[in-house]
Amino acid sequence: MTEAFLTSADAPTDVPLKRRLKRAERARQVKALALVLPLLAFLLFTFLGPIAGMLWHAVDDWEVRKVLPLTVAALASWDGKDLPDEKAYAALADDVLAARAAGTLAIAAKRLNYAVNGFRTILTGTARNLKAPPEPGTAKETLGKINPAWRDRATWAAIKGASGPVTGFYLLAALDLTRNVDGAIVAAPPDQAIYRDIFVRTFTIGLSVTVLCLILGFPVAYLLATLPAGRSNLLMIFVLLPFWTSLLVRTCAWIVLLQTNGVVNDSLRFLGIIDAPMRLIYNRFGVYVAMTHVLLPFMILPLYSSMKAISPAYMRAAASLGAPPLTAFLRIYLPQTLPGIAAGSLLVFILALGYYITPALVGGGADQMMSYFIALYTTETANWGLASALGALLLAATLLLAVVYGKLVQGQQVTGGMKN
Amino acid sequence: MLKLKMALGFAATLTAGVALATVAQARDLTVVSWGGAYQDAQKKVYFEPFKKAAGVPMNDESWDGGIGVLRAKVQGGAATWDVVQVESEELAVGCDEGLFEKIDYTKIGGEAAYLPPSVNPCGIGAIVYDFVLGYDKDKLKDAPKGWADFFDTKKFPGKRSLRQGPKTTLEIALIADGVPPADVYKVLATDEGVDRAFKKLDTIKGDLVWWKAGAQPPQLLASGEVAMTSVYNGRIDTANKNEKKNFGMVWDGALYTLDSWVILKGSPNKDAAYKFLDFAGKAENQSKLSENIAYGTSNKGAAALIQPAVLKDLPTAPDNMKNAVEINVAFWLENIDRLTERFNKWAAK
Repeated sequence: MTEAFLTSADAPTDVPLKRRLKRAERARQVKALALVLPLLAFLLFTFLGPIAGMLWHAVDDWEVRKVLPLTVAALASWDGKDLPDEKAYAALADDVLAARAAGTLAIAAKRLNYAVNGFRTILTGTARNLKAPPEPGTAKETLGKINPAWRDRATWAAIKGASGPVTGFYLLAALDLTRNVDGAIVAAPPDQAIYRDIFVRTFTIGLSVTVLCLILGFPVAYLLATLPAGRSNLLMIFVLLPFWTSLLVRTCAWIVLLQTNGVVNDSLRFLGIIDAPMRLIYNRFGVYVAMTHVLLPFMILPLYSSMKAISPAYMRAAASLGAPPLTAFLRIYLPQTLPGIAAGSLLVFILALGYYITPALVGGGADQMMSYFIALYTTETANWGLASALGALLLAATLLLAVVYGKLVQGQQVTGGMKN
Repeated sequence: MLKLKMALGFAATLTAGVALATVAQARDLTVVSWGGAYQDAQKKVYFEPFKKAAGVPMNDESWDGGIGVLRAKVQGGAATWDVVQVESEELAVGCDEGLFEKIDYTKIGGEAAYLPPSVNPCGIGAIVYDFVLGYDKDKLKDAPKGWADFFDTKKFPGKRSLRQGPKTTLEIALIADGVPPADVYKVLATDEGVDRAFKKLDTIKGDLVWWKAGAQPPQLLASGEVAMTSVYNGRIDTANKNEKKNFGMVWDGALYTLDSWVILKGSPNKDAAYKFLDFAGKAENQSKLSENIAYGTSNKGAAALIQPAVLKDLPTAPDNMKNAVEINVAFWLENIDRLTERFNKWAAK
């Protein structure tokens, strides 16, 4: 009955209205999608694609497969307990000769050198001394004579470990772990185990700068939100002016201010407050000062917009009901600024994690953050596997923190403690 | 339905536009160098005269080095550069990875015209320069003699600056510790040698400031932040000439290296690139470069055209080469990652 009722009389077909509604809805959705398609394509090309590429680089292990294919195939059945058999040696000799002719040996050498320091010399030296394919049955002997490393299980384990197509090698290295000759995961040698410390350092600096920005930014935002429009606009210009100045300029300005014979030290000495200049730059202090200054506007603006929305009537009401100023602030005002605090803190923290230029210019040797190393391995030493692995871990840690943080902030009702 | 088609069409046009914008355009010859005072000198003696002489339009850009940058340029398939000046390690790795065109020496005056160390299948030497010990003569009463004095904070009080990272830093530490420059890499190739270098660095760790870019050491000297620093010799010269500074440098135990011109693989402007390299390789043009900035050059005939007063402050002057050591590319290619990790472990302690 209802069906009949719902079917429109002037409909050419007997398609129920419900279905036609759905169709119209779908057409609308397609139209909407078509409109955002350029944006999606743009994001895909410039953001998601490169990130996927980075993640892939962190596990991609193509070099040895490409350059030494016969050796990789011969080692597939090797159990790793003893030296490989004559077949593997002969395959390696053929591969090395072919790779030398094609000029690709250095590509494999670079990758294997990450696993065993000195592998570059082993491989190039072997190629130099190997004039022709060894006689059948003598490959093992010949290679062992050229370089004793070929009599070492670790050399072959390195090749097998780099056989690809995917590897955990870089991700393990980024966590200060490595595989030993038997393939078990063990701690990296102490001289190379630096990345966990750098992660901790990166998050410590990020967190400290966030807290400093919050402490300094909160009163400024409060002032901006409560002053009459004319004066608050003037102050707002002061907040925004550094925001529009180049990051590099602001960082270099701090060098001028904080260096040994800089403005701050000279003034303090002139006033007789200190005798010898203090070390204010090229150390952690300098990093905190410069980064806090640079990131402060990112804290002030979200705080300001959340405070602007708070009606002063609430505080007056609290006061008239007998709440002392501190209680009124803590129970009425602060909870309402939580969304602003949350947004500002997350913004500052995540921006701080990626800082690179500022610590590089005003920090010391012990203040370089993860981005510095990612940049170093990306551009200077071209170890893209390790650079991508470090980037992937930084991304994962940041996302994890953002999710946890989001949960925490969501749990805070804006009524904040007024109900209990 | 028409609206939907229009919307789709509009979207397709936009996406195509974005895609098209990234397709490489036909473009002028682009030469890339290291910026700063050096590139200004190159503009004066190479780029501008070349444009006039050859009638070839070109523009120049600057970069900060890094083989990763070149790899991304070439493998990304949209290289916007043709001729790039690279450091010796970038030359070696890029050559291995096939990022550069093989140089056809018949087009640039033949191999015999150039000093042997500057001739490479993938690139042709552009300049020779040194990391020297730099100091401010106005601030230090007696002049330091070499790297041993650099580590002597009793006799020469004040902070020191070195390039951040293991390269050059470890060599300098060993020379300061009494290793003859010629044996530096032999010692550094052993674990004991590396330990010895770090032990020597420990002695002035609290007084060290690290620089990252070549422009920083002269600034650190000028501001009085440090008493001595490792520095590119050309920067000291420029600061003295252009900014009326009174900086001194020590050639004894200096570390020298070569930069080379390369042509990026697949460059659409290869002919123009060779014309430029030929122009920049001529003795009379190179001698003008040395008179503008204190770097040695690669053409055998250049030194004869330079005034003796200028020649004595060049890296290629025989006296300055006497106790200098060439930075060992093969050593650093093999050990840079491991020693970078080790260096940062040490720096964080």
